Amino acid sequence: MILTVDHVTTYSYDTAMGASVQSLRLFPSRFSGQREIDWHVAVEGGIRGGEFRDGAGDKVESWSVRPPVEEVVVAVRGQIETTDTAGVLRGHRELVHPMAYLRETTATWGDEGLERLAAEAVGGCTEPLDCAHRLSAAVAEAIAYEPGTTDAHTTAAEALDQGKGVCQDHAHALIAAARAQDLPARYVSGYLFATEDGAPHEAAHAWTEIWIEGIGWIGFDAANSCCPDDRYIRLGSGLDAHEAAPIRGITQGGSEERLNVTVALEQVQQ
Amino acid sequence: MIEYFNEMFDGGQVREPYSALDGWTREMPAELRAMKQAEAEAMFRRIGITFAVYGEGGDPDRLIPFDMFPRVFTQMEWRKLERGIKQRARALNAFLLDVYGRGEIVRAGRIPARLVYQNDAYERSVSGFVPPRGIYSHIVGIDLVRTGRDQFYVLEDNCRTPSGVSYMLENREIMMRMFPQLFRDNRIEPVEGYPEALRRTLASVAPVKCTGEPTIAILTPGHFNSAYYEHSFLADLMGVDLVEGADLFVEGGFCWMRTTEGPQKLDVIYRRLDDAYLDPLCFRPDSMLGVPGLMDVYRSGGVTITSAPGAGVADDKAIYTFVPEMISFYLGEEPLLENVPTWQCAKPDDLKYVLDKLGELVVKEVHGSGGYGMLVGPKSTKEQIEVFRHKIMENPVNYIAQPTLALSTTPTFVEEGVAPRHVDLRPYCLVGEKIELVPGGLTRVALTEGSLVVNSSQGGGVKDTWVLAE
Repeated sequence: MILTVDHVTTYSYDTAMGASVQSLRLFPSRFSGQREIDWHVAVEGGIRGGEFRDGAGDKVESWSVRPPVEEVVVAVRGQIETTDTAGVLRGHRELVHPMAYLRETTATWGDEGLERLAAEAVGGCTEPLDCAHRLSAAVAEAIAYEPGTTDAHTTAAEALDQGKGVCQDHAHALIAAARAQDLPARYVSGYLFATEDGAPHEAAHAWTEIWIEGIGWIGFDAANSCCPDDRYIRLGSGLDAHEAAPIRGITQGGSEERLNVTVALEQVQQ
Repeated sequence: MIEYFNEMFDGGQVREPYSALDGWTREMPAELRAMKQAEAEAMFRRIGITFAVYGEGGDPDRLIPFDMFPRVFTQMEWRKLERGIKQRARALNAFLLDVYGRGEIVRAGRIPARLVYQNDAYERSVSGFVPPRGIYSHIVGIDLVRTGRDQFYVLEDNCRTPSGVSYMLENREIMMRMFPQLFRDNRIEPVEGYPEALRRTLASVAPVKCTGEPTIAILTPGHFNSAYYEHSFLADLMGVDLVEGADLFVEGGFCWMRTTEGPQKLDVIYRRLDDAYLDPLCFRPDSMLGVPGLMDVYRSGGVTITSAPGAGVADDKAIYTFVPEMISFYLGEEPLLENVPTWQCAKPDDLKYVLDKLGELVVKEVHGSGGYGMLVGPKSTKEQIEVFRHKIMENPVNYIAQPTLALSTTPTFVEEGVAPRHVDLRPYCLVGEKIELVPGGLTRVALTEGSLVVNSSQGGGVKDTWVLAE
């Protein structure tokens, strides 16, 4: 599938602020399921900083904007060809040992509820891949998709407790459940092309990858009860949403920040 | 009764390195001694070298007691130590480069993967990054104790930002001012080359994007930090800037220092700030001490941070047990300095042994430092031991135990005259283009009679440390 992406993130402030610095993880991962055709990332009026590819295989680019800053606009425009790899992250070059993804964070802390959910889902299952599918199904079952019920700081335990959330909560809960079963797991941020009619839709998305010994990293999207296929564009990963955030930024000053995001994905007809 | 090795006296005989000092103390009248001691204290007070102790309250401007009786090593003793220390510094750096790379030592099964990759000090964000010259720990402080004529043990490695080197320099400076004759009568290796050696080391690890002479600065958390004196002292002696996070910013892939003449590009940062506070964009978002975006500049080769973020995974007390493995794996050598036998309370068999022998062992927290949160079995009351037993049982993973070592003693000035007190040693090994070790270090002394805890935060003092020239 060939997809075009048009993603604009705007941070605006009531009063002029000091300098702003961004660390962007907004580039398509390089693996057998993705082929970049054309990709541009820019911060309006900003100065491009250093770039590098980290040990997890993500490309990171930093930008800064000189003061006074009233608005920070991050724009991504690109075109990419995707292939269905049945969720398997094949051909992805990375160096981080899977065991580094057994570490808990505040957002993915496995409380009693999550541990119980994981243990019950797995039951007597001994085959890791099968376990992972069961965990994903259990999380989908336990947390209903309901926007507006959680925020960026909601933890996996809180989301499970209230039984509702969005893709970030599903991803966190599945990470916690997998780690509770000693399966390394991580948060993946990206895009999802969610309609078959080709019309643009809100499409920023997140899912989970679980490490299966002998196969590698495999994606699980508990929010949609499936594994990522050619409708998904993978950008970057981390221990949780904070670490995997496509945009991390700091703007100096005390003014309230307003965030506006538009993401449009379209399929290019061939 | 444990026998302690006395570094000055062998029975009634004075050991050779201390022969000159024997006469010196005998001939020194009590009044002169008291006068000199007061003079030393006044000098320390005047130069402002004090040590604020975390969590103890009291006087934050307390001086670390200085003992005028030097600790002495012969050239031969020192050469042996030097080889062992450099070997260790090489192995620790090879380990760091490896575990942030392919992790060969883990693949080879020589160190358990969990111990490395699930370690809190393992910094995932720098994996895959190769710092200039492949060096992670540029200043390695190795804590040593002596238990016999030829027997030394490494207590712990400090790969992040070992402090105390300003005491090594100041102790020597003050001794030379007070007792110039002593330095004319004895041929003592100088330590004053340390700041220049440190500057050379830092300059040798300039980032790939640096062309020309690198600009170096020391990054301090600020004047409220207990080692602030040392930060400003070293900056002065090296002739480099002392900066705080607010003095720096990133732009265009470089780190810049605000100066009165406009921004100046900074190439090498000797940071005296923990990883977690370096960059709120990468680590703790609430850190006000760091520089937003610094880690991106670092990882894209625009600036060097020393010691490298993530270096802490090599000096963890649980990793310590494996340093001899590192030496054999990376260098193909036999360790020249011995480790203290260590029991990991995380292992059930070890835990059982430790709980059985609690009264005989020293127990430490895996991530503890500064002599806090430790139990010295033979020096503790039954009650203290029981309290500790509960702490260990609640969270065994957090503790390791070692035999109580018979730390050597050196003569120390006390109220009644001169008496033996237990000492340790921290030399500072510099790792850059070359591996260098200034002949000397910081000798810490437990001033309380019989005490084996030398930490300055626990009432320890310091001494000038001599290496005799041949």
